[in-house]
Amino acid sequence: MNVVSHKAGEITLQVRGLTTRFGTPARGATVVDGVDLALRRGRTTALVGESGSGKSATALSIMGLIEPPGRIIAGEVLLDGEDLLKLDEREMTKVRGRRIGMIFQDPLTSLNPALSIGQQIAETILAHQDVSEAEAKQRAVELLTHVGVIDAARRVNDYPHHFSGGMRQRVLIATAISCQPQIIIADEPTTALDVTVQAKILRLLHDLQQEMHASLLLITHDLGVVASMADEVLVMYAGRIVERADVDSLFHRPRHPYTKALLACMAGIEDDRSRPLEPIEGTAPDLTDPPPGCRFAPRCPVAEDRCRKQDPRLLAASDSHAVACLLAQAGPAHG
Amino acid sequence: MGSFLARRLLAVLPVILGVSVVIFLLIQLAPGDTATVLLGPQATEDAKRELRHVLGLDRSLPVQYLTWLARTLGGDFGVSIATQIPVVDLVLPRFLNTLILAFASLLLCIVIGYTVGLFAALRSNSIFDRLTMSLTLLAGSAPPFWLGLILVLLFAIKLRWLPVSGMQNLAGEGGFLDFLRHLILPAITTALGPAAIITRIVRSSVMEALQQPHVRVARAKGLRRQDLIRRHVLLNALPPIITITGLQLGYLLGGVLLTEVVFAWPGLGSLLYDSITARDLPVLQATTLLIALAFVLANIVVDTLNALLDPRRREA
Amino acid sequence: MSIPAAVKDRQAAKGAAMAAASRESARRFWRIRSFCRNHAAVTAAVFLALVGLAVIFAPWLSGHGPDDADNLARLAPVGTPGYLLGTDQQGRDMLVRLLYGGRVSLLVGIVPVLVAGAVGLALGLVAGYTRGFVDQVIMRCLDVVFAFPIVLLAIAIAGAMQAGMETEIISITVILIPYFARLARTATEGVAPMPFIEAARAAGGSPATIMLRYVLPNVFSPVVVYATTLMGIIIVVGSGLSFLGLGVQPPAADWGGMVADGRVVLRRAPHVTVEPGLVILAVSLAFNFLGDGIRDALDPRTIRR
Repeated sequence: MNVVSHKAGEITLQVRGLTTRFGTPARGATVVDGVDLALRRGRTTALVGESGSGKSATALSIMGLIEPPGRIIAGEVLLDGEDLLKLDEREMTKVRGRRIGMIFQDPLTSLNPALSIGQQIAETILAHQDVSEAEAKQRAVELLTHVGVIDAARRVNDYPHHFSGGMRQRVLIATAISCQPQIIIADEPTTALDVTVQAKILRLLHDLQQEMHASLLLITHDLGVVASMADEVLVMYAGRIVERADVDSLFHRPRHPYTKALLACMAGIEDDRSRPLEPIEGTAPDLTDPPPGCRFAPRCPVAEDRCRKQDPRLLAASDSHAVACLLAQAGPAHG
Repeated sequence: MGSFLARRLLAVLPVILGVSVVIFLLIQLAPGDTATVLLGPQATEDAKRELRHVLGLDRSLPVQYLTWLARTLGGDFGVSIATQIPVVDLVLPRFLNTLILAFASLLLCIVIGYTVGLFAALRSNSIFDRLTMSLTLLAGSAPPFWLGLILVLLFAIKLRWLPVSGMQNLAGEGGFLDFLRHLILPAITTALGPAAIITRIVRSSVMEALQQPHVRVARAKGLRRQDLIRRHVLLNALPPIITITGLQLGYLLGGVLLTEVVFAWPGLGSLLYDSITARDLPVLQATTLLIALAFVLANIVVDTLNALLDPRRREA
Repeated sequence: MSIPAAVKDRQAAKGAAMAAASRESARRFWRIRSFCRNHAAVTAAVFLALVGLAVIFAPWLSGHGPDDADNLARLAPVGTPGYLLGTDQQGRDMLVRLLYGGRVSLLVGIVPVLVAGAVGLALGLVAGYTRGFVDQVIMRCLDVVFAFPIVLLAIAIAGAMQAGMETEIISITVILIPYFARLARTATEGVAPMPFIEAARAAGGSPATIMLRYVLPNVFSPVVVYATTLMGIIIVVGSGLSFLGLGVQPPAADWGGMVADGRVVLRRAPHVTVEPGLVILAVSLAFNFLGDGIRDALDPRTIRR
């Protein structure tokens, strides 16, 4: 399902040093810590990590949806050269939905129960385009058909509770792409859905992205989804990117111990059934009081003393592969 | 919708019947024999004997009730002991005055409660919000008749902005503006308690609606703030607000009764008060009956409104 | 020598009961701890206790009697030596009158709630548990009371009867019974279908036993919370009745009556009206906070281990 593009698509969204903090300067947690990422036209970038790693916070920061007590304290988010973090709320509403569309995690709670789904799709269109209500509704019907809702002309007047989870997610996808955004952010779009529906939704996302030639930022904790959808993968841990690689390199030549451990957690169909699944020991660090040195060190199976003292930065190991690990960068201390 | 109304009206009939029984029994509560109670202590023995015969006071209680019910339904509420005027003539003009006060208070209640509550919710934890919470707590716990007197003290006596009591200028020549000046203090007094409760429920309901996940999704679509608040927050916050507003009717009516006494507003409340002082039981009965019926009717209206807004309630 | 099975069973049952009892007392301990963390509620409780004590020991706390009129010191303002809170138009000590008046006002606020609470709880329990015809009859009868605004019915009943404290108490009690019954019924309906009630029925318990031992404890909490908050409201309602002259007759007075007395001298000496009102406000607020505190303490979600 991957379309391996031989030419690197142009960069549509460039994030540098994004840092978001919750709480007061005295007491708080930096949930997004100096994150860099670049989305390219027509390519899917996956952001992987466990719960609490800061993946969703990164997406919300890009969209400017961080609410107090959270604040974006540093970084830039460049969309077509314009820094979104410098825009005021009024200007930002013109970006949301129009140039960046976002799909959230739980379709069951993401729709307003008091409005029909047609109204909820149309209001996005009406907010950004100068069309009549009838035209917006017509476009909503077209969108619904396009995302695979049968009998769209009738169902456009139905309310969310008339739809199943998978159908609601299709509606939300239709809403997100209704104004042809350059960027689509999908935050765990299939986590709340049945397995059989997941594949269909992912396929839909992929097809739409290709059709619109948009950039897709796919946030997930499921490596299976990454394998089937992503061109480039960013692994996130405790608010930081610890590894960045194209999908083949990541799966075949992982460099960060955390990535290796994540891969080991998965069981492949071909695997020896007698081999036990290997969980990662320990729990994610408390971000209000992060450990000194490498944040993964307390749980790392190959951590050395210097890991606990020095904080590794994300360095490129090759053209398309970067890792934030002292051991991966310079090799083990001995041998 | 029509069937809902029909069912609701049908359900209310036994209640109205029960209300009539209670009102009828009120007379029985009064100390002394019924004829004396109805005619007053001044009545002659002959008059009392005749009344006993007419009312069938020698018959059993259920028969007496039915006789009374028949007469009342026919519009005969008896005669006021104190003034010897048919009760109907006393009561009806006052009814209108009470309605005016009640509506004005309800309007104030809703306007104050909804706007202050909304502002407090949108600026939660601000100074405005905290101040509002404290004030509503005080207003909701204070005796309304005492609050009225404090307002009179402040605005009518100390500041002399507004009149102390009554419905219009003593000379009776004040126009609409004068009438409004007389209406303000009683309306505010009656409205304060329920308004406090409404403010709190609006605040908590809107705050809860703001937390809903679909609000963030709507923000991510790039909707303008006012559309966001209107369609995605308020629409969902409204049902419990309307329900609680409806529940305040009882407190509002009770408040009206006491306020009328404080401000000498010539409505059913002050009539009720006068009838108690004068031990004029026919008037007491008729007044209570009218107010209770008005209350029942108001509740039906509220239920209908609720059903209109939320289709699920039509089944109830 | 082996222990007979029956004895073992009894010992096990006793052990289980003791464990359950200590769990229950542990829960109660945590609930009290949780309540104590609520500063507003604790302050309210202390305040009410002080007011209660002051009111009970009124005769020993005051120099003058509540009816002692001092013609030379009429309408003395607050802070006059000898009259801490001033005097009214008959020269009577305001503080003393507030204390003695408190006896009536507090009684009118508390007694009806307690009595109506007990009766309403019983009625609601029976109605909610037995359902069917008995339920319908009880609730239909009680529905009639809901058709009236509370204040109206209280005034009407008290107005028809002879004025006095007993009248106020009776009329308010009668009106409150349906409100408690409705609450208890709703709570019972929530508890009755639960599996542990099924189990008790299967074990052969009679309806009365089940209602008393299993349903009642679970219905108790919301009723207690409601009753506490209601006391604050009823003190205000009762004072309203007294304000209208339906309470104790002069020269005795309670807080509501004192507000009415102060009306005539509102212009010259506002303190006669302001003081009793403030007291009613404070006591009502205190009951409000106390009720909130009890509700939060009883809420299983806020118990912290």
